[in-house]
Amino acid sequence: MSDLRELYQEMILDHSRNPRNRGVLEHATHRAEGRNPVCGDQVTVWVDVDDQGVIRKVTFDGKGCAISTASASLMTEALVGRTIEEARHLFDEVHGMLTGDPAGEQEAAASGREDLGKLEVLSGVKEFPMRVKCASLPWHTFLAALEGRDDPARTE
Amino acid sequence: MTATLDVGRIREQFPILARRVHGRPLAYLDNAATTQKPRAVIEAVRRFYEERNANVHRGAYTLSAEATDAYEGARARVARFVGAADAREIVFTRGTTEAINLVAWTLGLTRLREGDEILVTGMEHHSNIVPWQLVAARTGARLAVAPITDAGDLDREAFRKQLSSRTRIVALAHVSNALGTINPVRELAAEAHEKGALVLVDGAQAVPHLPVDVRDLGCDLYAFSGHKVYGPTGIGALWARRELLEEMPPWQGGGDMILEVRFEGSTWNEVPWKFEAGTPNVAGAVGLAAALDWVAETGLPAIAAHEADLLAYATARLGEIEGLRIVGTAPRKAAVVSFVLDEVHPHDVATFLDADGIAVRAGHHCAQPVMDRYGVPATVRASFAAYNTREEVDALVASLRKVREVFAR
Repeated sequence: MSDLRELYQEMILDHSRNPRNRGVLEHATHRAEGRNPVCGDQVTVWVDVDDQGVIRKVTFDGKGCAISTASASLMTEALVGRTIEEARHLFDEVHGMLTGDPAGEQEAAASGREDLGKLEVLSGVKEFPMRVKCASLPWHTFLAALEGRDDPARTE
Repeated sequence: MTATLDVGRIREQFPILARRVHGRPLAYLDNAATTQKPRAVIEAVRRFYEERNANVHRGAYTLSAEATDAYEGARARVARFVGAADAREIVFTRGTTEAINLVAWTLGLTRLREGDEILVTGMEHHSNIVPWQLVAARTGARLAVAPITDAGDLDREAFRKQLSSRTRIVALAHVSNALGTINPVRELAAEAHEKGALVLVDGAQAVPHLPVDVRDLGCDLYAFSGHKVYGPTGIGALWARRELLEEMPPWQGGGDMILEVRFEGSTWNEVPWKFEAGTPNVAGAVGLAAALDWVAETGLPAIAAHEADLLAYATARLGEIEGLRIVGTAPRKAAVVSFVLDEVHPHDVATFLDADGIAVRAGHHCAQPVMDRYGVPATVRASFAAYNTREEVDALVASLRKVREVFAR
């Protein structure tokens, strides 16, 4: 049960019960859908980027478990105010943290690892290989939105 | 009165049931996905490789003859198990999915014309939907769907209305993998035959749980998988009436399925070998035969009675949990309980159960239309086999109560 407490921390439960920035974002500059075909989870992410390339707002909607909902909710908060470049960097760091991928971690460290702040609460996921995709789906979908991909994002 | 199962003795025959998961005894409740294997099956596969392994239908040497005997003996065992008239009505496949694809890409292509209909039910597994969609797209035929009721029964009236002279093939599950519903195949097949349609039954969830006699059911084709009936993965079977197999063109080409090959053209082997291109899964067939022997010796009526008891017990106990809703409440069900918990996603439920050593399936069960029908993205599914116990149901219920505590705050 101790590992489970790591995974389902109070902040995760809170964000899953009361997700922040949930719903359609009018006038979004970017939008993408993500799907996890294994479990049927689906998420849509809207992003509003200003003329300077700074993210003004991110919202999401969809159906998912507590982990994916909390991850999406935390993501929408963490991205605001970042440039696209910085947002990509954050994606790499979060992805490295979720997958426990040492290469990703090293890369992140080399390029100046930043404190992930509240997002650290998602680090328990790496002990649950079957749940990594739940947490990473919103992030992959965000990246797909930035890149303007039409196909629904997957986690591979 | 059927003999009761000595579950303790049965459990001893399944080595995997001795293992622990996260420090807890394994409670394996995902039998609709795949069953565990008794020692008799594991040993049969091991013995085949240690003592009789060779390619079949080829060698003029002793070992090959023995392997061929083992393989063809397994075919006869399967035929006997499902009540086929003749072993030559059994085609070995990788499983139910391949068996349905085989039918779709042979009979489907030869029998379906533009405007024809394939009728499936609203409770089908993706493997009995997608092959028909592919063949419909190729032939211009249409996929029609007979809806299901709130309880999870086939809507019989709607089924009858959907049947018409355009219906060429009716493809339906004997038992629903997501809901557990047992379909009245004999009656449905009779109604389909009145309209001149062929009837294919997906028996993947039925063969492990109820006695199946294909001739008594009156269907034309019947598919099932070995791994869901205590056998190995990668082996399954298609039963079809002999004249249908004769009518069906070959599907995959290669060795073993031919009579004679010339660059100008080739001729085909007899049925069922016409449909078994390449070296078959001989060890899998041997393991499947051992599994069917095991089921027959254990006694399918006794297994069914035991599972019915578990199903009734689980249904009652789960019903005591606040905020839990069972999806699929048909009066005639096999050993499947699908459910959702208010405010808790099935994946989160499954992670908590896993921490207590309880293996259940959480997801759409390869039956997304069923999930859509009940307005849920996914369900948690507990499914039982001969070796499960009431104590495991109790463990499931206790673990679910803990989930409620964590999420209901």
